[in-house]
Amino acid sequence: MQNDPSTLSQRASQLRAHAVRMVHRSRASHLGSCLSMADILTCLYWNTLRVDPAHPDWDLRDRFFLSKGHGAALLYAALAERGFFSVDELQQYCMSGSRLTGHVTSGVPGVEFSSGSLGHALPVGCGVALAAKRENLQYRSVVLCSDGELDEGSNWEAILFAPQHQLDNLLLVVDYNRIQSFGSVRDVLDLDPLADKFRAFRWAVREVDGHNMQQLVDTFSVLPFERGRPSVVIANTIKGKGVSFMEDALAWHYKTPTAEQVSLALRELGVDA
Amino acid sequence: MRTAFIEQLCALAEQDERIWLTCGDLGYSVLEAFADRFPARYLNVGVAEQNMTGVAAGLALAGKTVFTYSIANFPIMRCLEQIRNDVCYHNLNVKIVAVGGGLAYGSHGYTHHAVEDMAIMSALPNLIVAAPADPVEARAITTILVQHPGPAYLRLGKAGEPVLHADGVKVEFGKAICVCDGGDLTILSIGGMLGTVLKAGEDLRRQGIHPRILSMPFLTPLDSESVLRAASETGVILTVEEHGYGGLGTAVAEVLASSGVTTAFLPLRLARTPIKIAGSQEQLRSAQGLSTEGIVQTAISLCRNISQRNAPPQNSPQMDTR
Repeated sequence: MQNDPSTLSQRASQLRAHAVRMVHRSRASHLGSCLSMADILTCLYWNTLRVDPAHPDWDLRDRFFLSKGHGAALLYAALAERGFFSVDELQQYCMSGSRLTGHVTSGVPGVEFSSGSLGHALPVGCGVALAAKRENLQYRSVVLCSDGELDEGSNWEAILFAPQHQLDNLLLVVDYNRIQSFGSVRDVLDLDPLADKFRAFRWAVREVDGHNMQQLVDTFSVLPFERGRPSVVIANTIKGKGVSFMEDALAWHYKTPTAEQVSLALRELGVDA
Repeated sequence: MRTAFIEQLCALAEQDERIWLTCGDLGYSVLEAFADRFPARYLNVGVAEQNMTGVAAGLALAGKTVFTYSIANFPIMRCLEQIRNDVCYHNLNVKIVAVGGGLAYGSHGYTHHAVEDMAIMSALPNLIVAAPADPVEARAITTILVQHPGPAYLRLGKAGEPVLHADGVKVEFGKAICVCDGGDLTILSIGGMLGTVLKAGEDLRRQGIHPRILSMPFLTPLDSESVLRAASETGVILTVEEHGYGGLGTAVAEVLASSGVTTAFLPLRLARTPIKIAGSQEQLRSAQGLSTEGIVQTAISLCRNISQRNAPPQNSPQMDTR
């Protein structure tokens, strides 16, 4: 388990650099979404989650579900760097015949569940948490979702369900970068006051700066926030975080960086090209 | 049928601790039998079918054999994407149970008519689609689905269906059940139509036509072998289902057309138009030819057509009658 925030932040930059290269190479998209959750995913995989890359099916591992499946590049980068499979394989991302598809696909070591259509992982995470709860097993169920996908009714069904069954072994992290696929969250379907909504649904809520590694480490280290209640971390983030020209820009949900933009991005991330 | 299902499920759950039952706030006077005996493995998710299916997928990921239960279209349509992506794509051990398939909720209106369910479900990957004809089939198939790892859709009738099969009838995964043999035509029946088909069979025999009657409890995998054997041995195929397009008739037509076998064929099924009047299951079925008389008439005209087609040409020897 890694606790030093600056080491973790360097790791996050490395994952961001992987995602930039992967998306460039395969002419794919969703880079802004990858960069926005890089710090969260780093904290989870190097600090919080009890997983064992040598035994990906270990019974008592924590289960992680990436609900925003379009962030696959960053998840694959994290899993590869964490040792679930070879870092070299990242070069195959979205290439013909590769198992590393553009949305998270199970079968890749370390991936618990395929995602891509939004609003699916929280109910699944609830099911996994409920099974553990009823059988008194100590693993946790962790779901990372985007803000845009909180438009999906299925999420609110699950948000009602989790406190009803006292799933305090469930953690939801919201990557709240305030940009969804076709506009700002405020303009499309405003979620605010989001923390109040979760409180009203009887969740234990923490709000953090989703790029402040110390805050992430501290927050994830005190789970559950309240006994008998599911925990939600609303992580305030910046879409495209870490690459100045991608930050807070809707277009980088879709664009593929040019070779020149890749060089600029890697320089900003402090990673050699 | 639903009573047979829940009794069998309870018996299986007694032996197998992996079995869970979830419902979408429906199942009054049926599911209590399970809930009371296995409270730790029972879950009423609320009126939330998407979450029910997602939670079931999560439970299955944790090693459970999970039944989801609701009525008519509710456990499959609102949550179709959860069934496709979460359950079928991952080949999870989730068995979706719909009570009141077809027009069982006749007078409740079209929202409660499950008449496209088998078309939709049979298009999905990894999914077994089963529709038992009577309580005997319902019990046997419940056991088969527990033994079969992976997802399944079980379309049940409602309640009070008579037992149609003799004791000891063999119900096998993916196999047709020959209920009576005959050589003049074959009637293939899926789900709760079998009782009506058997009565039609008696009428036909009285009129000198001897049908082979096959109950086809599995739409996927379909027993193509029995279909083709019936086609070559009887030459006339009539399918009967309480369902619209895309069900047994469509599947059988595809088997016949792909095989190149020459046979007379007719699917007796519901029209595409939603039913907008109240009526009992019996009345609504009959209005679309799914009655003893309807089946008899269709069978007779199908047999007559084939015998006319096969008769030697008369009065016009030069004409090519084919």
